[in-house]
Amino acid sequence: MSDWRPSASLDTIAARARLLHQLRDFFAARNVMEVETPLLAQATVPDPNLEVFAVSTDVMGESPYRFLQTSPEFAMKRLLAAGSGDIFQISKAFRKEESGRHHNPEFSLLEWYRVDWDHRMLIREVAELVCEMLGRAGWQVWTYRALFQEHLSVDLFDPGIGRLQLLDVAHQRIGDMPPDLDYDAALALLMTHCIEPAISDWGVVFVTEFPVSQAALARTMAVDSGAVAARFECYVDGCEVANGYWEQCDVAALTEQFLADNAQRQQRGLPMRELDQRLLAAQAEGLPDCAGVALGVDRLLALRTGVSSLAETLSFDWHRA
Amino acid sequence: MANFSTNEFKSGLKVMLDGDPCSILENEFVKPGKGQAFNRVKMRNLKSGRVWERTFKSGDSLEGADVMDMTLEYSYTDGEFWYFMDPASYEQFGADRDAVAETEKWLKEQEQYEVTLYNGAPLAVTPPNFIELAITETDPGLKGDTAQGGSKPATLNTGAVVRVPLFITEGEVIRIDTRSGEYVSRASKS
Repeated sequence: MSDWRPSASLDTIAARARLLHQLRDFFAARNVMEVETPLLAQATVPDPNLEVFAVSTDVMGESPYRFLQTSPEFAMKRLLAAGSGDIFQISKAFRKEESGRHHNPEFSLLEWYRVDWDHRMLIREVAELVCEMLGRAGWQVWTYRALFQEHLSVDLFDPGIGRLQLLDVAHQRIGDMPPDLDYDAALALLMTHCIEPAISDWGVVFVTEFPVSQAALARTMAVDSGAVAARFECYVDGCEVANGYWEQCDVAALTEQFLADNAQRQQRGLPMRELDQRLLAAQAEGLPDCAGVALGVDRLLALRTGVSSLAETLSFDWHRA
Repeated sequence: MANFSTNEFKSGLKVMLDGDPCSILENEFVKPGKGQAFNRVKMRNLKSGRVWERTFKSGDSLEGADVMDMTLEYSYTDGEFWYFMDPASYEQFGADRDAVAETEKWLKEQEQYEVTLYNGAPLAVTPPNFIELAITETDPGLKGDTAQGGSKPATLNTGAVVRVPLFITEGEVIRIDTRSGEYVSRASKS
């Protein structure tokens, strides 16, 4: 077999080692503590757009499966609830069926949390990290609404703009489309097919104040025009590298979000997920007010080394692993 | 036929789309940070030859197309169908005008062609990259014209017309690149 060789060049493998050092230095200088949490856990996320690898553990007296973590979020929040203070982690994460030029089912994630910060303060720190690691000079912050106005001339706060109007815009821009897209799927389509290419020469761009329907685990907040999700994403040259939240601390709202996720899973014929009772117990005890973000290390490395696919940053990509 | 999910799409997979068999050329997985993932797929419609770009929700599936490529030998035509034979089984396949299309002008008895079969019937016929054919008609060359200089049209025994160097004469067998339709050389003597 000729594919025993690494999918990354030795130069890129060395660049990864330097990047990891530099990331750890970044947090050491800011007094953020490095932690480790389990990769194989008894609970997983109910997000209907994330599929997990279930591993048969076959230990007597336990559930027969554990789940490879799609991110260390739940365990890190339990550390925060236990009083850890500011923490970061660089770990592997696993997402089934996500494979492509910018995706590998097993990938490296940098996740960190800042106590008493909101998403706006965290955007600043993510920008500093990304600019330092990539040698960039500046960044822009756009609201989700403004980005859609700028590129698609659609105002998402206009009560006349619903699912059908979005599908109409998508049809004009993209042509043929998959059927049965709901409101959020239509937004996702416009984001991946129209907005991402349009901001690919804008350098470092933060998108924030997401539609409430895309809050995920962020809290919602009121702005002049209505309610938005206190969430952000960081794009570099049109490639999404990080997703962050001003975290939802209200355990009732969080439970409601999980139940809604599970209802969607059921509707799509996907297996429902048991709620992570240890996370809910921790949040009931009290998650400190905090903001958190997850950043794709492999994508950051791809941008830093100028390679065009994730495989070229990985010692052995999915097909050679 | 089996169904194939978007995460099984890879270059060369044959699937049905809008009632036509298609061959997948490229499959790109795209996903915003959170939310619905999509696959942007480029595929060639094997009937029309046109390339289609389509977006699917990740996890959607398409029916596989009963398409396979076989190397067959051209036998003869009755004017309506062009018959190809599997040299191993002697099985005959009749290709219609749509399937033969442009390849008609490169059809030579006993030559082998790549025939794409859809539900057992020829859908497309691809000629070999190089083929040797005899010239049935061309103006006589002028004495003194050698390798250099101009060219002239020549009609081949298949009816195709190609440009050849001035020194080539009627009755000669020449080698042609079927992809460009250009003269390559005089045929090797055998």
